[in-house]
Amino acid sequence: MSLWKGTRLTYVALLLAGVMSIFPIYWMFVVATRSSDAMGEVPPPVTPGGNLPGNLDRLFSNADAHFLTGMLNSAIVAGCVTLSVVFFSSLAGFAFAKLRFRGSNALLLVIIATMMVPTQLGVIPLYMLMTDLGWNDRLQAVIVPALVTGFGVFMMRQYAAQAVSDELIEAARVDGCGTFRIFRSVVAPALRPAAAVLGLLTFMTTWNDFLWPYAVLNDPENPTVQLSLRALSNGYYQDMSQVFTGTAIATLPLLAVFVIFGRQIIGGIMEGAVKA
Amino acid sequence: MATSLEVRTQPGTPVSHRRPGSPRRHRLSRLDVRCSPYLYIAPFFVLFAVFGAYPLVYTLWVSLHEWDLLAREHPFVGLANYSALMSDVDFWNSVYNTLGIFVLSTVPQLLLALWLANLLNRQLRARTFFRMGVLIPNITSTAAVAIVFGQLFSRDFGLVNWVLGLVGVGPIDWNASKLSSWIAISTMVDWRWTGYNALIFLAAMQAIPRDLYESAAIDGARPARQFWSITVPLLRPTIVFCVIISTIGGLQLFTEPLLFNSGTNPIRGGPLRESQTMTMYMFENAFAPNYNFGYGAAVAWMLFALIVVVAIVNVLLVRRAARSS
Repeated sequence: MSLWKGTRLTYVALLLAGVMSIFPIYWMFVVATRSSDAMGEVPPPVTPGGNLPGNLDRLFSNADAHFLTGMLNSAIVAGCVTLSVVFFSSLAGFAFAKLRFRGSNALLLVIIATMMVPTQLGVIPLYMLMTDLGWNDRLQAVIVPALVTGFGVFMMRQYAAQAVSDELIEAARVDGCGTFRIFRSVVAPALRPAAAVLGLLTFMTTWNDFLWPYAVLNDPENPTVQLSLRALSNGYYQDMSQVFTGTAIATLPLLAVFVIFGRQIIGGIMEGAVKA
Repeated sequence: MATSLEVRTQPGTPVSHRRPGSPRRHRLSRLDVRCSPYLYIAPFFVLFAVFGAYPLVYTLWVSLHEWDLLAREHPFVGLANYSALMSDVDFWNSVYNTLGIFVLSTVPQLLLALWLANLLNRQLRARTFFRMGVLIPNITSTAAVAIVFGQLFSRDFGLVNWVLGLVGVGPIDWNASKLSSWIAISTMVDWRWTGYNALIFLAAMQAIPRDLYESAAIDGARPARQFWSITVPLLRPTIVFCVIISTIGGLQLFTEPLLFNSGTNPIRGGPLRESQTMTMYMFENAFAPNYNFGYGAAVAWMLFALIVVVAIVNVLLVRRAARSS
């Protein structure tokens, strides 16, 4: 509980901030339901129209954007990356929090340090590496480098340290459980809440990723959804209602996740801030 | 992930194995206890080494060569790429743009986030609703944000110009000048990140003990005074953290300016490179159409150096500012 009461002014200011936050997203959906003339209207329209089906039709048949492929590819990439990040981060987080091994503190510091390294700047050799592997234009080029993150390991380590009881682990050991069995039956269930938050954050970040896919997926017929959006908006002739239909559809999965799990996501972000 | 980066040692599980078994089983379980931890953390280190650290270091090696995608030979040229950069007007232009957009976006963003966090740190009805409200921009994709804001800032039918027109300010061609395109791009960045930073600040504010405020109130300190002499100094580690993260992210800005500039050659950031950032300049040189890896890699390392320098300067500034307040 906080010390100060929110005054009427507090609510007004927060409402204003909320409106500013939501308006561009709302407006995106408005334009997505209107005809392409909407952009030229003065004052600009702020209520939905009836053109959504037509816009969807043109969006999915757009020859430059390959929008459906983009959506599917992004679902595959974000799905694989999320599952893998959650699994490997939980495993490593468990090791750092609950297992004794030489060098564990130093190695954990290394992981924290890697979170500060702008790895994006290695994009040129990474591109060369993908060329050598023959992975250019293929989804594994964007999946494999992201399979486990320092952020994920650190987050799971912080959670495991307080959520998993040493007694349970010890008891399982006495019963003759191997370490992986302990992870599976004792640790993993206890890590579930943090794993869910990590999964949500990872899914959203991966779904939204732009720079690396833009560098390595050069085949216009095999884009992620963000590259589809870019192809849509960069066309010679811009049909904005169609472009906005694209951005709206591409945002929809994230909005759904956010509406359902918003509380957990906020909790995850704020807890991460305090505990680190 | 803020406050302090110290690592606390947790009491781990004792490694002794108590159950008597066959010698073979015993040896296996000792192997399990000894090797499992390394096995479990190995995926991260292997992946980071191959796809994170190696490319970054190898960038330095590439930058010392005349390295063209199509050429079979890439001769060692020493610092030639760097000395070429020093007299490259377009490179310095991109440095200027990067720093300009960075300052224009980060300073208002963090101040606004601090203020928002202070508002959210009160007894509120519909708390979760307001928190979700400020975070929602952060879940929208950068590409979508850039496209939508590109339209909001369009010269002829953009909402921003329409609103400005209502108060008598003539239509602005946002793409046409450096400052106006910087403002438009900074707005996109701030819209997306202010709420996120506000939540980080809020988390740190809630960890401040209440009695500090109570005794200050007894001493007659008003809320504003309490904010500057209790909240801000105690928030210092978090502010430093947010500044570092914003520096790393802000100086590598790429997607927003790229998509803000549609047209024939958006990677240039406008016809006169009004908003080309360093990452864009790296791309322009390293990838299509030039494929000059060596030169692009030199840009990458200059950017790396800039990030380190700016991060250190920022941390020093924040420290001093927080001490004097």
